[in-house]
Amino acid sequence: MENIIICRCSDISLKDIQDFIDNGVTEIEEIKRFSRLGMGPCQGRTCMQLIGRIVSNLTGTPVGEIKTHTVRPPVSGVTLSQIARGTENE
Amino acid sequence: MNKANVVIIGAGVSGCAIAYNLANKGMKDIVVIDKSYLTSGATGRCGAGVRQQWGTEMNCRIAKGSIDFFETANETLGYDGDIEFKQEGYLLCASTDKEVEQFKKNVELQNSVGIPSRIVSLDEAREIVPYLNTDILKGATFCPTDGHLNPFLVTDAYFQAAERLGVKFMMNTLVTGIEMEDGKIKKVITNNGEIETDQVVNAAGGYSREVGEMVGLDLPVFSENHEILVTEPVDKIQGPMVMSFSLNIYCQQTPHGSFIMGRGDKEKTPGHNIESTWQFLDKMALTVTNLLPPVGNLRVVRQWGGSYNITPDKQPIYGKCDVPGFFLAIGFSGHGFMFAPMTGLLIAEQIMGEPNTIDISKLSVDRFKTGELFLEPSVV
Repeated sequence: MENIIICRCSDISLKDIQDFIDNGVTEIEEIKRFSRLGMGPCQGRTCMQLIGRIVSNLTGTPVGEIKTHTVRPPVSGVTLSQIARGTENE
Repeated sequence: MNKANVVIIGAGVSGCAIAYNLANKGMKDIVVIDKSYLTSGATGRCGAGVRQQWGTEMNCRIAKGSIDFFETANETLGYDGDIEFKQEGYLLCASTDKEVEQFKKNVELQNSVGIPSRIVSLDEAREIVPYLNTDILKGATFCPTDGHLNPFLVTDAYFQAAERLGVKFMMNTLVTGIEMEDGKIKKVITNNGEIETDQVVNAAGGYSREVGEMVGLDLPVFSENHEILVTEPVDKIQGPMVMSFSLNIYCQQTPHGSFIMGRGDKEKTPGHNIESTWQFLDKMALTVTNLLPPVGNLRVVRQWGGSYNITPDKQPIYGKCDVPGFFLAIGFSGHGFMFAPMTGLLIAEQIMGEPNTIDISKLSVDRFKTGELFLEPSVV
């Protein structure tokens, strides 16, 4: 399980997630804060579906009842210079 | 029915630190209640900086005591992780003559309580952060022992240490009321049962005003959304936090490599809305590309908001109040995370009836009755 990478931005393995759940940390938001899961450049857009299913399998909670993480702006990475230039040209 | 010696409302870093200190002093039957998960509130949304460069004596002393604690916190709390304390300083930048004058007074005050801050020339400032745009600055101060800490892991360290000492945490539990009898606290009512107790600590962060109302207090605090953004991680290029009150920015590279930055917004209406806005993104981008031009090349990956719980003088409200057994650890005005070690110690001392390590009588809620306020000038 150490070799199965779930969150490839932050290099979080299936075993890492299993360890959190074994220690009673079962909310995705909480695992995220302690491990950087889903905090990388993709912002969980690649891995979050997978993580929901894993947490469901490991905790026995139906996947529909697993709370997903808060999706935050921006939708994709934009440089600060681009934003600043856009603002100046408005 | 459950009984407790003390119920702490709020499992942010303040609540966890108070619980740990109480348990460490030998108190039994401590319950901490939080409406959500650990660090779900202001703690987990904060800017992760810790500084001692303040403009009031109380803030200076509390900040210094807290930094001293953080230096050995992994060992003191027996944490098997690492709270990621990076002490590479805060570079405070003045952009007006008035601010330069204020900084001189601040450094004098800071030095008088043992904080190793100093005035630096703009040339020195550029040595510390080579790409700093000093054309828009008038002066700067630097304190090398300020820095960065991981708020999630600091809270986790306190939480785990408290739990090992027997503190009971009730997460995902909402306090709905506090029952009083003859002016005294009888029990705390939650959506998950009642707890009989005569002592309650209000460490509810953004919701401290509402918790105060449960015992009939009209606390002089309000909550305001302050926003932050974080960039993609890059190799290390910046050691200290760069901060300017007049330009309205703080910006630091975390040990992980990302840049985290935030600013205040005077046009915001008080309340509990902590949503992200495009206006923040625009203003933040303009400010940071002006002060730290190369940071403009980095991509924003995420932005978020969190509650500042603000007092009229931007200093916390600590300790006892008119309601017997009701203790306050509120109104941190954006600095609850960096003050948490002293908050935990000082409030625990008051609850145990011990003399305080630092005299915090000036920070009691009574100061708003007498009007003896010392306004903190150095806030974003």
